[in-house]
Amino acid sequence: MNLTLLILLPLLTAVLILLAKGLQQIRIIGLTGSLAQLGLAGWLLKSFLAERAAGNSAAHLFESNQTWFKALNIQYHIGIDGIALAMILLTSVIVVAGILVSWTMDKLSKEYFFLLVLLSMGAYGFFISLDLFTLFFFLEVAVIPKFLLIGIWGSGDKTKSAMKLALMLMAGSALVMVGLFGVYYNTHTFDIVQITQQGIPVAVQKFFFPFAFLGFGVFAALFPFHTWVPDGHASAPTAASMFLAGISMKLGGYGCLRIAALMPEAAHSYAWIIILLATIAIIYGAFATMMQTDLKYINAYSSISHCGFVILGIGMLNKTSINGAVIQMVSHGLMTALFFAAIGMIYSRTHTRMVAQLGGLLKAMPFISTVFVIAGLCSLGLPGFSGFVAEMTVFMGSWKNPDGAYRFATILSGASIVVTAVYILRATGRAIMGPISTEHELLTDATWNEKLAAVLLITGILIIGLAPFLINHLITPSTDAIMLQMGKILVSK
Amino acid sequence: MTYNILISLRQELVLTVLIFLLLFIKLGKDRSNESILNFINIALALNLAAGFCCHETAELFNGMFNTNPLIVFEKDLLNLAALIISMQSYAWLKDNKNVIEFYLLTLTSLLGMFLMISSGNLLMFYLGLEMSTIPLAAAANFDLTKRKSSEAAMKLILSSAFSSAILLLGISYLYGTTGTLTFSILTAHINGSPLQLFAFILLIAGFAFKISAVPFHLWTADVYEGSPVAVTSFLSVISKAAVLFTLLNILYKVFTPIANTWYLILVLLAAATILIGNLFAIRQDNFKRFLAFSSIAQVGFILIGISGSSQIGSASLIYFILIYIFSNLAAFGVIAVVSALTGKENISDFKGFYKTNPMLSWVLTIALFSLAGVPPTAGFFGKLFLMMAGAAKGNYGIIIFAALNMVISFYYYLRVVKAIFMDQNDTPIEKLQVPTVSKIAMYICVAGVIVTGLASVVYDYIYSISIGL
Repeated sequence: MNLTLLILLPLLTAVLILLAKGLQQIRIIGLTGSLAQLGLAGWLLKSFLAERAAGNSAAHLFESNQTWFKALNIQYHIGIDGIALAMILLTSVIVVAGILVSWTMDKLSKEYFFLLVLLSMGAYGFFISLDLFTLFFFLEVAVIPKFLLIGIWGSGDKTKSAMKLALMLMAGSALVMVGLFGVYYNTHTFDIVQITQQGIPVAVQKFFFPFAFLGFGVFAALFPFHTWVPDGHASAPTAASMFLAGISMKLGGYGCLRIAALMPEAAHSYAWIIILLATIAIIYGAFATMMQTDLKYINAYSSISHCGFVILGIGMLNKTSINGAVIQMVSHGLMTALFFAAIGMIYSRTHTRMVAQLGGLLKAMPFISTVFVIAGLCSLGLPGFSGFVAEMTVFMGSWKNPDGAYRFATILSGASIVVTAVYILRATGRAIMGPISTEHELLTDATWNEKLAAVLLITGILIIGLAPFLINHLITPSTDAIMLQMGKILVSK
Repeated sequence: MTYNILISLRQELVLTVLIFLLLFIKLGKDRSNESILNFINIALALNLAAGFCCHETAELFNGMFNTNPLIVFEKDLLNLAALIISMQSYAWLKDNKNVIEFYLLTLTSLLGMFLMISSGNLLMFYLGLEMSTIPLAAAANFDLTKRKSSEAAMKLILSSAFSSAILLLGISYLYGTTGTLTFSILTAHINGSPLQLFAFILLIAGFAFKISAVPFHLWTADVYEGSPVAVTSFLSVISKAAVLFTLLNILYKVFTPIANTWYLILVLLAAATILIGNLFAIRQDNFKRFLAFSSIAQVGFILIGISGSSQIGSASLIYFILIYIFSNLAAFGVIAVVSALTGKENISDFKGFYKTNPMLSWVLTIALFSLAGVPPTAGFFGKLFLMMAGAAKGNYGIIIFAALNMVISFYYYLRVVKAIFMDQNDTPIEKLQVPTVSKIAMYICVAGVIVTGLASVVYDYIYSISIGL
């Protein structure tokens, strides 16, 4: 099983899109390519589970290691564990859904699909990297497509939002870069596996951990670096919003997790700051959402709150909480993509995203309204959907931490769910229920492509919600390995 | 023996022959500009090819002239840049009746740079430097009808005369304290006495003028703006690269005993250069001024790379210059075409450029991303390696500073991309007919920008021939 296929397949798709003629050809190539990615990810899952069942307990499977820059000891080292695989599955699902909802994009469609596919390539490369240099490379590859997607095809104050997003993400990666250099000059390698084995001196960890962690934190919308999220998401075209919230914010969460695992001592001593920032993000995000009147802003601010749970889970540094963080990443990815897809469908018909101007949509477009409600219920953590499983796991993990202040943070974060319920129910009530305005009465319901996209995402949400043991089964061995490594180091102190 | 000398001097000899040939062509009967340009481009390509055979190490004329694989490679880079610039100027020179003079001036300057890079003696170095600067000042005045062009030439000649004077003063002090000007003997006599340090600072100041490091950068923007695009690209890429190569050589080979002193000087120069270059670039609307300040900032990154005084540092410098040649010339190539065909040179003129000229827009965008250091372009690798080299001495402060400055630089490069792709414009630049030769040059640059980074062989080769402290 060669993981490089995950990079080559999008690359091939992108090149074919450039060669294609006309919207019809472009979108068929895009859809075929993304379905192939989904198939590849599914096949990867199958062979991963088969390997595991056969008793292969190596930390990373399908490893391959090639020298890239010999003089600098930079390796092209790839391999996946359960967590990376979960992220790859998430990415492939969202890519298909994103291509499907962009079906009628006729403005510069070639460039649009090209950039979407390029963005997904960056995400795959990021998740399979076991070398910090390649990791960083792919992290930055994804920035430019985001800038162009928002700036060219966006709505509202798009150029400003695009600029803000690009600059903040670039600043984040500059911080990451400083952190990585620090690691490199004290271990003489970028290889994650090697660094984990040989460890990093504690003083070095303490100095460089904040850079790397906060750098990834910018991508994960960690407070106070979350300000790119609302504007960026609100201005982006539908598919780009889905990619942004569903995939690219996960790059940040995943990076934070890897950094915490690489520098366990520093993670331990800075845990209180991480938890403090995460709690602020959760509460602030929830309350800010209450004040929003634009559907996209509602979802963007609630994303800040939800991603706060990811960071909270990582900051608590125990097995359950980290498991929860990973499930939350997948769950939030699916849910928020669904939400943005539903908002996009509503907007393309009503041409407004203002809650106050909508109403009674259930009568005109029952399918889209149902999708919207499902996304909302998942977002507020109703049992049966993925959001419940994820947040519950994070809370359980956090509560395991006996420290009083940590428990206080947990309670506060838990309380934010009530706030979430308020804004979700209010928005749903206004937009979906009630009387419908006359101009919206004749609008049509979802087309086949939109239905397919929604069904795909809802299936993912339900699988996690109803059978959480499946994803647990996939990621637990990997979190076990991370905790074992951390435990070894922390106990020996 | 004689045969060996010819081999070692082959790059210089080809250029000299070409210069004389051009003189004879000028004297002879009139020929069409197209045929002259094609002839020159082919000759330059041959000269470039000549560099790739025989990588020998030799010392000629009592150590006045040195050559080794690294020096040959550096000259190859300059040849490559000269060829690309020549191809890109096709549209501009096609109808210019003084086309031969342009090449006489620029090729003489190139020859001077070759001698400077190969020099093993401060006098030889000085001769090469002057030989490379003075023709360029004449070339800057090439737009005879424009006042700005002659202003640029005046500023260039005055500031280089000034910097040469400083340089000479430094050289004479150095001679006074050591009694020699030969590099190989000089090293043993460097002991860091106050007068020597003073001489060294004068020397560095002279260099800083030529590479337009802050605070010796004031001439840059005006000269870049006033000169014809071809001369501007020549100044910003070739002449800078040549001086940087020489600086690297002198620092790493001659002034090794006072490495700790120049380390500090370089770090301070680098910090000032990056910051000032970046801050001024934000405010520019003229594309050439914009690239002038952006290239000042790039030099700052290069200085960080050198300051690490490791083999990675010197390899990364040469690697970065190669990338810089591709990316900067791709940007200048687009501007050269636009400027030659429409006369427009402002960033605001490029609003809505994508609608009418998608191909040129992508070339410019890729070039700018490479200058900004965004993957997958080669600029990402170049900048990262320079900073890795700078971090080798454990000076993380300058790395953090440089990383933050990368974000600033990202802003102004994105501003141009925004203008091209996103801004509305009722009267965008119309669809341009790009000459095939210029197109080929652009494609070479874009291919270079993409391949040089991802293909690690390039870096590994440069590393294998480069020097460390």
